[in-house]
Amino acid sequence: MSGCPFGGTSPEAPDGGTQADAVGSAPAAAPEPAVASDVGSPKRGLSRRGLLSLAGVGGAVAGLAAGYLSHDAVPAEAAPASTAGDVVPFYGERQAGIVTPAQDRLHMAAFDVTVEDRTAVIKLLKDWTAAAEAMTAARTTGRTGAVDGPYDAPPEDTGEAIDLAAGKLTLTFGFGPGLFEKDGKARFGLDGRRPDALIDLPRFPGDALQPERTGGDIVVQACADDPQVAVHAIRNLARIGFGKVRVRWSQLGFGRTSSTSRAQTTPRNLFGFKDGTANLKVEDGTLLDQHVWATAGSRSGEAWMAGGSYLVSRRIRMHIEIWDRTSLREQEGLIGRTKGAGAPLSGGEEFTAPDFGLKGRDGGPLIAVDSHVRLAHASQNDGVKMLRRGYNYTDGSDGLGHLDAGLFFIAFVKDPRTHYVPMQMAMAKSDKLALEYLKHTGSGLFAVPPGIKPGGFIGEGLFA
Amino acid sequence: MPGTPLPKMASRHRKSLALVAAAAAVPLVLAGCADNAKTPGSNASAGPIQVTSTKTECKVSTGSVPSGNLSFAVKNEGTEITEFYLLAEDGLRIVGEVENIGPGLTRNLVVTAPAGKYTTACKPGMQGDGIRSAFEVTDSGNKTAVDADFQKLADTGVQQYAAYVKDQTEQLVTGTKAFADAYAAGDTSKARELYAATRMHWERIEPVAESFGDLDPKLDAREADLEPGQEWTGWHRAEKDLFPPAGYTALTAAERAKIATQLVADTEELGKRTRTVELSADKLGNGAKELLDEVARGKVTGEEEIWSHTDLWDFQANVDGARIAFESLKPALTQKDAALAKSLDEKFSALQAELKKHATGDGFAYYNELSATEVQQLAALVDALGEPLSKLTSAVVL
Ligand SMILES: [Cu+2]
Repeated sequence: MSGCPFGGTSPEAPDGGTQADAVGSAPAAAPEPAVASDVGSPKRGLSRRGLLSLAGVGGAVAGLAAGYLSHDAVPAEAAPASTAGDVVPFYGERQAGIVTPAQDRLHMAAFDVTVEDRTAVIKLLKDWTAAAEAMTAARTTGRTGAVDGPYDAPPEDTGEAIDLAAGKLTLTFGFGPGLFEKDGKARFGLDGRRPDALIDLPRFPGDALQPERTGGDIVVQACADDPQVAVHAIRNLARIGFGKVRVRWSQLGFGRTSSTSRAQTTPRNLFGFKDGTANLKVEDGTLLDQHVWATAGSRSGEAWMAGGSYLVSRRIRMHIEIWDRTSLREQEGLIGRTKGAGAPLSGGEEFTAPDFGLKGRDGGPLIAVDSHVRLAHASQNDGVKMLRRGYNYTDGSDGLGHLDAGLFFIAFVKDPRTHYVPMQMAMAKSDKLALEYLKHTGSGLFAVPPGIKPGGFIGEGLFA
Repeated sequence: MPGTPLPKMASRHRKSLALVAAAAAVPLVLAGCADNAKTPGSNASAGPIQVTSTKTECKVSTGSVPSGNLSFAVKNEGTEITEFYLLAEDGLRIVGEVENIGPGLTRNLVVTAPAGKYTTACKPGMQGDGIRSAFEVTDSGNKTAVDADFQKLADTGVQQYAAYVKDQTEQLVTGTKAFADAYAAGDTSKARELYAATRMHWERIEPVAESFGDLDPKLDAREADLEPGQEWTGWHRAEKDLFPPAGYTALTAAERAKIATQLVADTEELGKRTRTVELSADKLGNGAKELLDEVARGKVTGEEEIWSHTDLWDFQANVDGARIAFESLKPALTQKDAALAKSLDEKFSALQAELKKHATGDGFAYYNELSATEVQQLAALVDALGEPLSKLTSAVVL
């Protein structure tokens, strides 16, 4: 539960404790846990957080300054306790970035593995684990970071996040079908390890998927409240992976389009509507077990996914300009909610349950049969729910003067066969909104393993 | 910015509720433009007229306003669906209405009303004559553009457009038969020649044709839009066969014959059904806008005719359809908003002039022959037209 900051109630892992855990386990090379007394030791490399604190935290100045001057190469310095509120713990039973509160910015990248060597992949995952742990705690990557290395060598960390806070950075890793099989042949000795739920998504009507925005062997979702922090994270992971992995696609997102906690207000998508009102939230304990967290499956080979989840990503281009020329009546009718408050057209307020049976003039339903809210609603989908974590995106313009913008849909589900495919099929067939104003241009499905324990590495269960 | 509350106004001036017996089932010729945001009225300082509808009351914050654009913010504080009407003095003619207001929701009704006596009515539960009050519009001195001829002009426009739809469907049926004959007979070159020109009749009336949800996919589905297991019929099935991509296996004669027969049967069915379609000014206005949206979404990007590349034929046909709808409404529009009418005229002309540059003989250049700059130029003109065109409906209907 320590992957979830709302579970800060977890007695053994309050924020400070988690930081201490982190100290010993980041570098795969040094598995023996460091002692908590190392925290704040003057013999530390310069951290992003350290620089920031230099100005702000009087008591720490002397120690940090000493660390800076010493150019000590000891990795994995813990961030000062004063930053705790800004750090989402990396280690935990679940990976962070699923039910942890949705941050404002996204940089997601899917990688293709370009080598066929199992050991190399494991090494990469270990290196990524260390780097991810460091970056989520606002530290630089590598043993010498951005400025403490040899003068005649390129710095290990790219450095653009120096001085920036952790920004609640979370890094969430998932494995695509291509990691397990390529051209019908198992890879990396993972024969029989591909979970049954990690299907090849079917083709949905209207899909206009571009190969260069689709698929990938490994995905990394970086979310943060600061775009530069998210971009820095992906950039450094990609750099660490050069020669083993190649970025297949990446996507920047801004303006989270859903809430994952009742403490957050519901944000708006680029159509100006509240999106994700009916989303699953971290407070929905048992529902998360029913709809988000994967189980051990039916075969022993897939048991490593127990406690993980499946990430569906869809790049959904919105025809913004055409939407903007649409009357408010039609906009609300297509969505099935009011644009202002986000109340269902059957009445009430934002969180009032929609009444799909309510009939208006001429006996037609107030919430149209082909409206988005009805088609997406659990009551119309065998009760299935998903945890959405999408972002708005704008990738400039398309050359015809139209915004290349839309929704980068991200959802975490227990099993895509039951929790995504049927709903998306219904939407693609009948949702007038989808038919006239949306176009799916990218797609991905990834098995997100459970969380990482100190001393472990991403996907350890898979390679065990 | 969640649901900015509407400015509160004290209910100053409530008239006694006059329940007037009236037939409320009058066909709604003038659909009011209902929206849900705060829309300032003509007298912006005063804000919208607040209407509160409950099971037993229909409170209107004022009983008298100066003429011009009136904005009513209708809040349903009851537990049933409600409606609000602004009726003419006779209590029969509907000047504006907003329907289907769910419990707790607020919707705006914006109408243009000249000085005179009116009746307001809330209809909780959508039953009966509603809870009525007298309402007065005083002369503000600003002349409103509406006069008695307006409705006649709008009606005439609707009739003209209905005649156009009839004519186009007849030509479509005739043309489709000729195309289907050539295609079924294996006369590929003739079928290719007829393909784009015949489809123009379809594309001109696309919003009407698309209103038949079952026929549209049978006739016009593109391969990318198919549902798993859905049989692919219609124009684009034939298109792929007539303009085959590399590695494509041609259909057999029997398969072609089947497609051709189906195409004719579905088109005849379409022709029959369009006879009974009820058109109205707002349908014309929205139809014109949708045709331009079609251009922006599929034609200017070359996605509609990915094998034949005859997108410019469709493009021209969509513009034709939109322009005829606009011209049918133009006399009415000119009364309401002459500047918009003029602007639309200019933008249609500019787009038409650019399209004409790509005309060759009876047809057009193929989409894949256009340069990126030429496509951009067309797209810019489509946008320039699409924006004011999206205002046509509210301008005519309000
Ligand atoms: Cu949605």
